[in-house]
Amino acid sequence: MTFIPKPKVHHPALQKNALGLTRRDYEGAITTLCAGCGHDSVTAAVVQAFWDLSIAPHRVAKMSGIGCSSKTPAYFLRDAHGFNGVHGRMPALATGANAANGDIIYIGISGDGDSLSIGIGQMSHAIRRNVNLLYILENNGVYGLTKGQFSAAADKGSMSKKGEANPMEAIDGALLALTLGASFVARSFSGDKAQLVPILKAGLTHKGFAFVDVISPCVTFNDHEGSTKSYAYTREHNVEIVQADFVPPAAAITAEYDAGTVRNVMMHDGSWVRLRKVAEDYDPTDRDRAYAYIRDAQSKGEIVTGLLYIDEGSQDMHGHAGTTAEPLTALPYESLCPGNNELQKLQQRFR
Amino acid sequence: MDRVNDFAFKIATANGTGSASANGLIMQAIFRMGVPVTGKNVFPSNIQGLPTWYEIRVNKNGYTARTAQFDLMVALNAATYAKDVAEVRSGGWLLYDSSWPLDERLKRPDVTYVGVPLAEMCNASFKGVRERILMKNIAYAGALAALLDFDTEIMRALLKEKFGRKPALMDSNQKAIDLGFNYAKANFDCPLPIRLEKLDKTKDAILIDGNTAAALGCVYAGATVGAWYPITPSTSLMDAFSGFCQKYRRTADGKNRFAFIQAEDELAAIGMVIGAGWAGARAFTSTSGPGISLMNEFIGLSYYTEIPAVIFDVQRAGPSTGMPTRTQQGDIMMCAYASHGDTRHICLYPSDPREAFEFAVKAFDLAERFQTPVFVLSDLDIGMNDWMVPRLEWDDSYRPDRGKVLSAEELDSAKSFSRYLDVDGDGIPYRSLPGVHPKGAYFTRGSGHTKHATYTEDDVEYTEVLDRIDRKVQRAARFVPAPVVRKAAAATKMGIVSVGGCHAACMEALDQLAKEGVALDYMRVRGFPFGDDVRKFLESHDINFVVEQNRDGQLRNLLTLDTGFPIDRMESVRYYGGFPLSANHVVDGVKAKLEKAA
Repeated sequence: MTFIPKPKVHHPALQKNALGLTRRDYEGAITTLCAGCGHDSVTAAVVQAFWDLSIAPHRVAKMSGIGCSSKTPAYFLRDAHGFNGVHGRMPALATGANAANGDIIYIGISGDGDSLSIGIGQMSHAIRRNVNLLYILENNGVYGLTKGQFSAAADKGSMSKKGEANPMEAIDGALLALTLGASFVARSFSGDKAQLVPILKAGLTHKGFAFVDVISPCVTFNDHEGSTKSYAYTREHNVEIVQADFVPPAAAITAEYDAGTVRNVMMHDGSWVRLRKVAEDYDPTDRDRAYAYIRDAQSKGEIVTGLLYIDEGSQDMHGHAGTTAEPLTALPYESLCPGNNELQKLQQRFR
Repeated sequence: MDRVNDFAFKIATANGTGSASANGLIMQAIFRMGVPVTGKNVFPSNIQGLPTWYEIRVNKNGYTARTAQFDLMVALNAATYAKDVAEVRSGGWLLYDSSWPLDERLKRPDVTYVGVPLAEMCNASFKGVRERILMKNIAYAGALAALLDFDTEIMRALLKEKFGRKPALMDSNQKAIDLGFNYAKANFDCPLPIRLEKLDKTKDAILIDGNTAAALGCVYAGATVGAWYPITPSTSLMDAFSGFCQKYRRTADGKNRFAFIQAEDELAAIGMVIGAGWAGARAFTSTSGPGISLMNEFIGLSYYTEIPAVIFDVQRAGPSTGMPTRTQQGDIMMCAYASHGDTRHICLYPSDPREAFEFAVKAFDLAERFQTPVFVLSDLDIGMNDWMVPRLEWDDSYRPDRGKVLSAEELDSAKSFSRYLDVDGDGIPYRSLPGVHPKGAYFTRGSGHTKHATYTEDDVEYTEVLDRIDRKVQRAARFVPAPVVRKAAAATKMGIVSVGGCHAACMEALDQLAKEGVALDYMRVRGFPFGDDVRKFLESHDINFVVEQNRDGQLRNLLTLDTGFPIDRMESVRYYGGFPLSANHVVDGVKAKLEKAA
């Protein structure tokens, strides 16, 4: 367990965001994960992203399933409601909560066991429904809490701590999300906060299901030589193809980059995501070519990272369902009950 | 002997041939004549081709339970001839399609045959294969109208209501009715001794199925989120909810004041309901036994994290896939204690569609007041068959009981907030909804937690919360619908205890047994946990016959488990073959036990 002492009194010089809050106001309880766990870095990036966007913490709902990753919502945004549900079933809880109250910002934290084995069905269908949710898959290729079994995300040939090679193909969450029609797909690395934070901000602003696969090494069970989810391996094989910058609403877009390599995507709230292509032949709005590109890179042993795909034109679950702009939880009972007169009229049908 | 307004008949056809609309017409016509009527649809798990039956019982005294013996059989399915003719009572009638000679398998010396050339007449009068098949079924309704003395004006009016906007359909249906009617009039001595006569006993009643009524209850209760996975026999509940919402919950600009989610499976369906309940909506799912099996894990989460959820279990015959289109009360035990660990759930047991409507509303109030899952245990017979029940009434002064939910103002002025603290000493803590106020924030977790909603593995902290939840659910015994008790005319030390859809058969059986000199008090339980009144009834009788529709006597076991009442003072009377319960099941069962004791 990492022990990070946190002073109760904030340093007066701490920087404040538009709401007058410091980063400390976006933190949570002290982590109980292993020292050096990739997940703690993701938590730090989440804190940064919310702070940067000046989102009131209590307007957020933190959803998670079961596993090391799913514990982390306790470690950020202490003023937000959290829901640590059952294994692999966070998407259903998030879907229901979102259906009831779509005005809240939903963040879901899951892991590769939670998402790609027991919960692969629910994750898939939440993607299909385009539930408005930032979904972070903290991916370490291993079951940590039960001491080191391979997960479905473990690469073929990757070695376990005990020295056994994984004989089966990996399920790649990002590729799966692409084929399922996800409207926002990104991959990043817990060790690259500069890349991860803008992706999370874009994901929080995206209206729909924002899938972010974050390679997040397990220092205890999957950080040895021969593992393809270790810090060393990921650093060595990580190839960033699209850099995302997040530009808040009303901020001027300046042409810093060469024309043709930068693409500005306007988000629903008027903010912009600026996608800078590092790989010249990559198009983050072409689903099929994105898929092929990632597969090609994989065959060369490269882990492609960045904001891989975005479609801001899609409808989210509420769009499909045609619900009122007002959240269902805010509708007065009088507008829901047809009353006795209608009931009597209706019953002519049953005579 | 004339049997006016007291007989039963059955129609045997093949699934998917349009017989449902003929049968509906017959039912409604009898009902509009003011005569009490019940219909039981006995259908296969199939879309087209397999045998299907429709049983109609006419009873001037208002007995509505299924009867297993029929005065008249309409035998139109060669695949089931032998079985069908065997169900006709001695001296009864059999209507068959005399376009072909009477089948050997239909012959019985004590049955009178009524041959109507349905196919021949319809082939001559209608074009197209599909129309000929459909109209053949409408034509038997016409023949029955003559044989049983229907009011033909009422039938005409019904056709007009149904097909008023489609004159071509109206004309062909009326033509088919006339074909059957005129043939029967010309060739038989109409009406038969079993016949109808206008009464005045249905004017304050409706014909409705329990799934439709329950769906209406959800609409009136203000439920906004319905999540489900299709499963027989609960599907029509969600279909009806969606239909009513489209009628009543659309804004002027076409937006929906409801979310209706067809989930990927039952696990997701209940998860969505819990998520929506957590966020503050009234949310529900409808399913059947196999769905409840799948939902068990989430139900435990809902219980332990204290999130309201309403679950309709339209029970069908189990175990496993069982008989999806047959009825049973096989989930009583499972629902009472669903999920691993120590759990106990509020259950409501409606006996007919009217109670399905009322208990649907009650279920949401209880779920929110007690912050826990609530089951409404209906069954296929209640859910899918048309029952004659008193008109539904709605009290416009009703307002939902949302329970102890803290507003932003209350949270703002509160010194502190602990989600699972028993502030009022009634076992029910206060809850906060996401997005309302920073002071309301807490971490909902299915793992061990303290009264302050923090993680724990400490025995004392853990036990404190678990014990409070137990007290809370026990307290609900005083708030679930009280049992219905009917005292025998004379004092007796024997009683019948029953539940849900057994009610109609029990009421008829009580009268029959009383006539035979067996006086019995009666109690129908309507909610779980059981209250003191349930125990008192049991204690005031030397023998309690527990009537239910499952193999293992689940209600009897549950009564002992929950009240501590000795199981050997309860005799089990059971029928679980999948058909709705008949009075003779109860009468024979009670008499057999009495003979054994004597």
